[in-house]
Amino acid sequence: MDIYDILFWILSAFAVGCALGVILSRNPVNSVMFLIGTFFAISGHYILMNAQFLAIVNIIVYAGAIMVLFLFVIMLMNLNADVEPQKGQLVQLAGVISGGVLFLVILASIKTAKTESIDKTSTDIGLIADLGKVLFTRYVLPFEISSVLFLSAMIGAVVIGKKEETKSVSKEDESEMKQFL
Amino acid sequence: MPVNSTHYLFLSLLLFSIGIMGALMRRNAIIIFMCIELMLNAVNLLLVAFSKIYGDADAQLFVFFIMVVAAAEVAVGLAIIVMMYRKVHSVDINILNRLKH
Repeated sequence: MDIYDILFWILSAFAVGCALGVILSRNPVNSVMFLIGTFFAISGHYILMNAQFLAIVNIIVYAGAIMVLFLFVIMLMNLNADVEPQKGQLVQLAGVISGGVLFLVILASIKTAKTESIDKTSTDIGLIADLGKVLFTRYVLPFEISSVLFLSAMIGAVVIGKKEETKSVSKEDESEMKQFL
Repeated sequence: MPVNSTHYLFLSLLLFSIGIMGALMRRNAIIIFMCIELMLNAVNLLLVAFSKIYGDADAQLFVFFIMVVAAAEVAVGLAIIVMMYRKVHSVDINILNRLKH
């Protein structure tokens, strides 16, 4: 048992424990904190597997940006006081059983999968120079299309989140015009 | 027993199942959204593990694109949740099943 295995088990226990905390804690703010812990554990796995670029992107984008967005929304709605009604015991039990059955089915199907050993020596395929070369040669079209996706998501979020004042104004205008007529 | 590919399969299967259970158990729309993020990260972890095993950079780029799509998804989804909260003053998904009021 070398240092790779020890780090793997520690990070795995941390990730699974934090993931259980996400779904079991009653307070949404605590759920966000546990999810950030899970993301840090997964970033640790990435570093262990020599994917340094993805580890940093995971911390910056997920733990940094997306989770702060979640926290903003939760605190904006003042949900940190625990007012959320829980589902009934029966529905919760059904959810756990369905998830557990899915776990068992996939477990039975991957039990006989071929076991590949992991080369623990350091490679450089996860470094930013190597990934950048592949990204800008073979995957340059998906990269450009994802920029269009970001633009449309940004416009969509602004349109959805906008308050509907224009409609009411137009209705007032209509009534004014009817009065005028 | 040294760590091999089966360990990573089991770990990401466990994280994915926890995400499924959370999405089925909870009623808060934001928590369900976070469970979907957890499932996406379980898949990302498995892709990086196979990239390490087979020495291929393509899987890591797929993880990169999954992160891009997840960021866009979170922006639109949180906008929808905020709009819903503004209308019905709750993030309970049982209120959403009427779809009109």
